Amino acid sequence: MTAPGPPIGMLAELTHRCPLQCPYCSNPAKLLKANAELKTADWVRVFNEAADLGILQVHLSGGEPTLRGDLEEVVSALSSRGVYSNLITAGVNMKPERITALKNAGLDHVQLSVQGATPEITEKIGNMKGAHENKLATARAVRAAKLPLTLNAPIHRHNIHQVEDFIELALDLDADRLEIANVQYYGWALINRTQLMPAWDDVMQQVDIVEEARERLRGVLLIDFVTPDYYAEFPKPCMGGWAQDAFMITPDGSAMPCHAAHTIPHLTFDNVKDKSLADIWDSSPAFDAYRGTDWMQEPCRSCERRDADFGGCRCQALAIAGDAAATDPACSLSPLHDTMLKIAGQTQSAGEMVDDFTFRRIGVQQADRIAD
Amino acid sequence: MAAAKRHRTMITNESRPDLPAFVRLQFEPVRGAWALLSPEKVMWPDDVSHDILKRCNGKMTVAEIISSLAVEYDAPEAIIGDDVCGFLQTWADRRLVIA
Ligand code: SF4
Ligand code: SF4
Repeated sequence: MTAPGPPIGMLAELTHRCPLQCPYCSNPAKLLKANAELKTADWVRVFNEAADLGILQVHLSGGEPTLRGDLEEVVSALSSRGVYSNLITAGVNMKPERITALKNAGLDHVQLSVQGATPEITEKIGNMKGAHENKLATARAVRAAKLPLTLNAPIHRHNIHQVEDFIELALDLDADRLEIANVQYYGWALINRTQLMPAWDDVMQQVDIVEEARERLRGVLLIDFVTPDYYAEFPKPCMGGWAQDAFMITPDGSAMPCHAAHTIPHLTFDNVKDKSLADIWDSSPAFDAYRGTDWMQEPCRSCERRDADFGGCRCQALAIAGDAAATDPACSLSPLHDTMLKIAGQTQSAGEMVDDFTFRRIGVQQADRIAD
Repeated sequence: MAAAKRHRTMITNESRPDLPAFVRLQFEPVRGAWALLSPEKVMWPDDVSHDILKRCNGKMTVAEIISSLAVEYDAPEAIIGDDVCGFLQTWADRRLVIA
């Protein structure tokens, strides 16, 4: 299966380092240290190759991308080629001057993560004192610099009761968009699934709150809603389909179709230090593995939704069904859908008993895969 | 401290629509197509959408945009007027057009 056309977007994880320790972080369990990171010149070259390839949007992420002192340089490499740049930050370590410098370098948009709507929850989830106040200051500095602002709130059992407060917070901070994003269970979130899984009733109530707010705030605040997989009827098209129009690069230069692709044991990834982005996009074996629909099994193979959701998430299929080419068990047509619901129910009630997270830290977990 | 309260932008014939600074209409040479870049999303406007969007320059009123499109498409203003207003309202509601 060859590339369907040029890619549109790319996620660049500039570093795994981060001052926060969110227990659902999408970074791999085995985190890379600073000395493994690509150099400034590597990223500048990669971003030029990206523009040549037709990529129009790059998300600068981490870890915490602002821990890289060369972020301004990297942003200007993008803006000089007309590529739209989006900074994904936790916003706990930034001075207003840095935001102005990034704006001057050509940054287009800031996405700020919010762990809680109150200091108490933010500190509990990120495991950092004072994080909430720092985030609010960053949000205000972003708006003062006239940059557009999205708040991203990852939702789980410890903050699902704060959805209304997140909406108020977004209005208060003059954000343009709010993402209410239910946690997806891979990476650290899979390790902490028991502690994070929300209850069915809370999920349903959340849907009502979001729908009401969208109607009431039409034209005032855009609310994007990432529904929880474990309680879904149909899966999401992960990354818009495997290697269909976007991909990601890890801090040390591996090109992967999605965040969790490294959990699929038989895949090997090309590195931007060895190959051009064009080569990787066209012929990386990991990109080809689940591209398009040829690899599908039943029920996906003959399903009319297969070009819309591409059978869902490969990594979730592997984690729950033990086969990365299976139908995502989030799908109600999957034979394992009931198992997934059962896992949700069981972990959710087990979660009543445990309150301690495995915080995301370098060296805590050495295994990329955990047993269910 | 609450920020200045935002309101929904209502598009009328007198509005002067514009693209906000963080939305870019840009020709993409690899595909040979016009792209609209916005936070989180890239869109590919069709010819008609492109003809409307490129007139959103903060100077022309909606009425002027409609009459200039009527000339270009050789179509009665009454017929395209509602479509143009509806289009701009939808885009304003997604905060991709300001007025
Ligand atoms: S999810 Fe939390 S720990 Fe992970 S990179 Fe984002 S802010 Fe840091
Ligand atoms: S069976 Fe496969 S293609 Fe059909 S809806 Fe479910 S995941 Fe999507």
